[in-house]
Amino acid sequence: MSDILHIENIRKTFPGVIALDDVSFSVARGEIHTLLGENGAGKSTLMNVLTGLYHPDRGQIRIAGEKIHFTSPRDSLACGIGMVHQHFMLVPAHSVFENILLALDNVPNFYSRKTYKEKIQQLIDEFDLDLDLSTPVWKLSIGAQQWIELIKLLMRDCQLLILDEPTAVLTPQEADRLFDVLRRLKKQGKSIIFISHKMREVMEISDRVTILKKGCSLDTLARGDFDESKLASLMIGKDKIPQWQKTLQMSDEIVLDIQGLSVRNDRGLSDLDKFNLQLKKGEILGVAGVAGNGQKALAEVLTGLKNTSHGRILAREKDITNSNARYSYIAGIAHIPEDRKTIGIAPDMSVDENLIMKSFKSGSFRNWIFQNKKAIRRNAEEKIEQFAIKTGPDGTPVRYLSGGNIQKVIIARELSEHPAVLVALYPTRGLDIGSAGYVHKVIADGADRGMSTILIAEDLDELLKLSDRIAVMFRGKLIGYVNPRKTTREEIGLMMSGETPGDTA
Amino acid sequence: MLEILLDATVRAGTPILFATLGAIINERAGIINLGIEGLMLIGALAGFAGTYLSGSLLVGVLLAFAASFLAGSIHALITVQLRGNQIVSGLALTMFGIGITALFGKGMVGLTIVGFKRIAIPGLSQLPIVGKAFFNQDLLIYFSFLLVFLIWFFFYRTRWGLGVRSVGENPAAADTCGFSVSTYRFFAVTIGSGLVGIGGAYLSLASTPMWIENMSAGRGWIAVALVIFAGWSSPRAMLGAYLFGGITAMQLRFQAMGTTVSAHILQMLPYFFTILVLVISTLRLKKGASQQPEGLGLPYDREDRK
Amino acid sequence: MKLVIERREISSPLLRFSAPIASIGVALFVAGFLLLASGVSPLVAYKEIIIEALGSLYGLSETLVKTTPLIFAGLGVSLAFRMQIWNIGAEGQIYVGAMGATWVALFSGLQNHWVMLVAMFFAAFFCAGLWAGVAGFLRARWQVNEVIVTLLMNYIAILWVDYLIYGPWKDPKGFNFPLTAQFSDTARFAEYFNTRMHSGFFLALFCALVLYLFIERTVWGYEIKVIGSNQKAAQYAGMNTGMAIFFVLFLSGAIAGIAGFSEVAGLQHRLQHGISPGYGYTAIIIAWLAKRSAIGVVIVSFLLGVLLVGGDSLQLLWQLPVAFVYAFQGLILFFLLASDFFIIYRVKLVKGVAHA
Repeated sequence: MSDILHIENIRKTFPGVIALDDVSFSVARGEIHTLLGENGAGKSTLMNVLTGLYHPDRGQIRIAGEKIHFTSPRDSLACGIGMVHQHFMLVPAHSVFENILLALDNVPNFYSRKTYKEKIQQLIDEFDLDLDLSTPVWKLSIGAQQWIELIKLLMRDCQLLILDEPTAVLTPQEADRLFDVLRRLKKQGKSIIFISHKMREVMEISDRVTILKKGCSLDTLARGDFDESKLASLMIGKDKIPQWQKTLQMSDEIVLDIQGLSVRNDRGLSDLDKFNLQLKKGEILGVAGVAGNGQKALAEVLTGLKNTSHGRILAREKDITNSNARYSYIAGIAHIPEDRKTIGIAPDMSVDENLIMKSFKSGSFRNWIFQNKKAIRRNAEEKIEQFAIKTGPDGTPVRYLSGGNIQKVIIARELSEHPAVLVALYPTRGLDIGSAGYVHKVIADGADRGMSTILIAEDLDELLKLSDRIAVMFRGKLIGYVNPRKTTREEIGLMMSGETPGDTA
Repeated sequence: MLEILLDATVRAGTPILFATLGAIINERAGIINLGIEGLMLIGALAGFAGTYLSGSLLVGVLLAFAASFLAGSIHALITVQLRGNQIVSGLALTMFGIGITALFGKGMVGLTIVGFKRIAIPGLSQLPIVGKAFFNQDLLIYFSFLLVFLIWFFFYRTRWGLGVRSVGENPAAADTCGFSVSTYRFFAVTIGSGLVGIGGAYLSLASTPMWIENMSAGRGWIAVALVIFAGWSSPRAMLGAYLFGGITAMQLRFQAMGTTVSAHILQMLPYFFTILVLVISTLRLKKGASQQPEGLGLPYDREDRK
Repeated sequence: MKLVIERREISSPLLRFSAPIASIGVALFVAGFLLLASGVSPLVAYKEIIIEALGSLYGLSETLVKTTPLIFAGLGVSLAFRMQIWNIGAEGQIYVGAMGATWVALFSGLQNHWVMLVAMFFAAFFCAGLWAGVAGFLRARWQVNEVIVTLLMNYIAILWVDYLIYGPWKDPKGFNFPLTAQFSDTARFAEYFNTRMHSGFFLALFCALVLYLFIERTVWGYEIKVIGSNQKAAQYAGMNTGMAIFFVLFLSGAIAGIAGFSEVAGLQHRLQHGISPGYGYTAIIIAWLAKRSAIGVVIVSFLLGVLLVGGDSLQLLWQLPVAFVYAFQGLILFFLLASDFFIIYRVKLVKGVAHA
C-alpha cells in the first residue's frame, strides 16, 4: 500500500495562538482516512496548510514520496489535492456551470461552452446527481452546493479529496448518499481525508482514524483497533465535561408563544413558514435542524432584528411582534447571537464598553448626557470576576480576546439584566471543551432560577444532554417535539429531513 | 431638431461611457475606484499632449491610455498589493490627477490641435433620425460601440473574464481555484483606468480639441454613480451614459435658445439627475439577487479568512 | 528565496506615530521631482514655504487664517469617519454654510452684534446640516452610497452660490462683479494684531474641544463609536442606526458649515465665488491623518495650513497653479496608505523550497 500523502511534524502559529503544534500522519491510496478531533483541535488549520492556504512554520509534506512546499492553493491543486471546505468556496451569483468551470485547469481563454457543459453533465449523470448547470448557486440547497464542490474536484481528477465536516450541513439521509459516493470514489482508487467529530459517521466510513488534540496528532488507528468509546476517550482525554444536576422546575406557564410566524428573506424565499413554538417557564427548549432551515431567522425575529410578514409573538402575554431589538430586550429576551464576532461585539472597543452595549442608557451608567465611567468600570470588574473572563490590560479591544472569552463577555452582558428568556444560537460553536461546558452550566443555572432558554444547536449530543424538550424544524416549519429522554437519533434525523414524527414525544 | 439633439447626446455621453466602462471593470474585480475624475483629467492632458507633439490622434489616444494605466497602477498597488483603503486611495488619485494635470498642463493652455473628424458610415448614416447620431461620428465613438460588446464578451465568454468576476464576487473561491487574486485585480484596475483615460482624451481630442484645466468637470463622478445604474453591465452603461449625454445636450440647447432660467441652475441638472438615478437604481438593486459584486471594497488577505 | 507577508502581532506605537510623519517626508521628496520638472528648485521652494508660513508674525497669522476653516471641515469629516460614514461633501457644506450666514447678515436686519453672530452661526449650522442631512437620509433610509451623493452635491452647492451672486444677491453697487454687498460691522468677527486673523480660530478650537467631549464622554458619542466599530452589533444591541447615520451626517455637515460662517464673518465679509479653494477636500486628508482624534485634527490642520500658505507663495513667485497643492495632498495620502500596510504587516524573506 503506497502512501499518497505523508506529513511530518507540522507546526503553525498565529499571533497569540498555537493552532498546530506537532502533527504527523500519512494517507494511503484508496483509503478513507478520518481526522478526528474536538473543535479547536486544529483540524481546519491543518487542512489549510495541506491546501496551501497557510504556510506552516515548520515540518514537511510529502506527496507520493516527494517533498513539497506549497506557496499557494494552486500548488496544492497541481499535486492533486482537492478540498471541500466547510464554508463552500462558491460564487453565489454565478451559475453552477461557471462555478465548476472556474475550478478547471487548462481551460483555454476562449473556451467552448458546449464541450465543457457536456463534460460536466457526463460526470453529474455518472453519479446520478440532481444538478442543473444553468441555475445560479444561491438558489440551490446546501446539499446541492456540496455536490458542486465535489464535482469541481472530480473534474480536476484530484487523487486526494479532503472533506471538512461535510455532514454538518446535511440531513442524515443526505449524509448516507454522500457516503455512497465516497465509497465509489474509494473503489476508483482515490484517497479521502474525512474530517468529523461525529462518532457514528467515523465508525461507519473510516479505514483509519488519526486523532488530533490541541494541535498534536495523538495516534493513528486502523479499522478493528478502534471503537466509539476508545476514540471518544482519546479525543476528549482527561478533560471532564462539567456535570450539573438539573432540578426540573419547568412549570406550565407559557412565557413565549409563537403563532404562525412567517418570514421571507432578502431573496424572497421563505425562512420561516407558519412556524409555531411554545416555551414554558424554566424550560430549556432545544431546537434541532440542519443548518439553514430557518433557525437564524427564528432567533432574529424573536430578538427584534427582523420583521415578520405573518404571525404573532407573545412574550409573557405582551405582543412583541415586529418590535425593534431594544424593545425585545426590555420585554425580557436576551440573545446570544450566532456569529459572535460579526454581531455580538464592537471589536475595537474595550471589554468595559462592550459589557454595557445594551444598558448604556440606563441610569446606572450615565449622569445626564455623560457616561459614568466609574460605574462602567465597576460593572466590568464585577462581571470579569463573576464570569472568569480573561482579558488583557484595561482598555484592550475585545477582538484580541479568545473566542471563549468573547462568548463570556456576550453572556455576561446578556444575562446581567436577568432576562426571562434567552435565545442562544449555536452558543458553543468553535469553543474549547472548557468554555463550552461553562456555557452549558450558565444555561442550566439560569433554568434553575426560572429563566427559559431556546437553545439552537447543531450538535445533537449537546441538545440531548441539556434540553427538557427538543423541537425539530425543517424548511421553516415546526415538524414536532420530542422528549430527549425517550427519543433516538434516528427519529430526530428523520424529522430533520421533514418526516412527521410517529407517536413518541 | 431631434436629430441634432440625438447627435449631441451621443457626443456628450461618450466620455462618460468610456469612464463608466473603465469603472465597471474595476468594480467587477472588487475594487472601488473613486479616482475616475482624476484619471479622466490625466487621460485628457496626455491625449492632448501626445497629439500636439506627434501630430497623430492615435498617438494621443495611446498615450492617454498609457498615462491613466500608470496612474491607475498607483491605486492598484495601494489597494491590491498593500490592501489600503480603497475609498481614500481613490480620492487621493483624484486629487493627484487634478493637481498634476494643472501643473503639467500649464504650458498646454491655449494651444490647438485638429481633433477627431466625423466619418460617415455609408448606408447606415442615411437611416432616419438615428443614422446621423450613431453612424456619422468619429472613430472613438465607433470604438466605444465595439468596446461595449467586447467587454460583455470578455466577462461572459472568456476564462479571464470569469476570473475577474469571480475575484470580485468571492476572492477566496477564485484563490482556491488557482486564480491569482492580486494579478487579476491589479490588471482590472489598471486596464479599467486606461479606458477611463480614453474617456478623458475624448474631451480634449474630440469634444473641444484643446486642454482646459479641470476640463472633466465632475464627469468622472457621474460615471462612478452610473456604474450602479448600469448594474455593472456594459450594455446598460451605454444606456446610462447616453441618458446623461441627453440631459447635458438638452441643457446646452436650452441655454442656446436663451431661456430666462439661469445658466447656473441649468448646469446643476446633470448632477441633480445623477443623484436621482443613483437613488432609483439603489432601490431597484435591493430587490432580488444583488448585482453588486459581493467582494466590492474588501481587501483580500488569504490568511485572514478564518 | 521568497517574499512572505505576515500580520504583525502587535503594531508598535513608535511605528504608528512615525509613519504619518515619514509619509509626509516621502511625499515632500517625490513632490520635489514634480517641482523640478516645472523648473523650480524644490529646496528653494520648501525653504520659501517655511519662511512664508512660519517665518514672521504675519506669516503665522496667515497660516492660522487658513488653519481655521480646515479645523472646522476636518472635524466634520472626522466625526463621520468615526461611524464609517464618508462625508466627501465638506466643500459644498462650507458654501451652503456661508450662504446661510450671508443670508442672515444681509437680510435679517439684526442690530445687536452678538445676536447677529449667533443667528449667523445657527443659520450656517442648520443650512449645512440639512444639506448634508439629505445624503444622511438617503443613506439611512435606502443605503444610497453617501460618497457619491455628498460629492455630487458639492457641484450643486457651488453652482447654487454662483446663481445667487450672479443673480438675486448681486451687489447693485458692485460694478456688476459677482459678489454680494459687504457685511456691516455687526456681522463681522473681531480681528487681532493688525492681521487678518479673526475670532473664527478660537471658535474652531472651542469646537474641537466640544467635539472631543461629545465623542469621548457622552452617551451619544458612545453610540457613534459602537456603530462605527460594528453596525450589526449596534443594531443587535437595539440602537437605531438609521437615525444615528442621519444625525451624524447632519452634524458632520453642520460643523463643516461653520467654516463657511467663519470665512464670511471673519475674512471675506461678503459671499463670493471661490470662498473655499478646496478646504473641504483637504479636510478628508486631515481626518484620515488625524485618525480618530479631535486634537489630531487641530494639529494636522495647522500643518496643512502651512502648506496652503506656502502654496500661495509658490504661485506668486513661480506662477505654479494653485491646484499643485492637490497633487501634493494626493501624494501624502498615497504614502500614508502605503505606510499603513507596513504598520499592520511585516514583509519577510524566507528560503523557499520549490517542488523537489
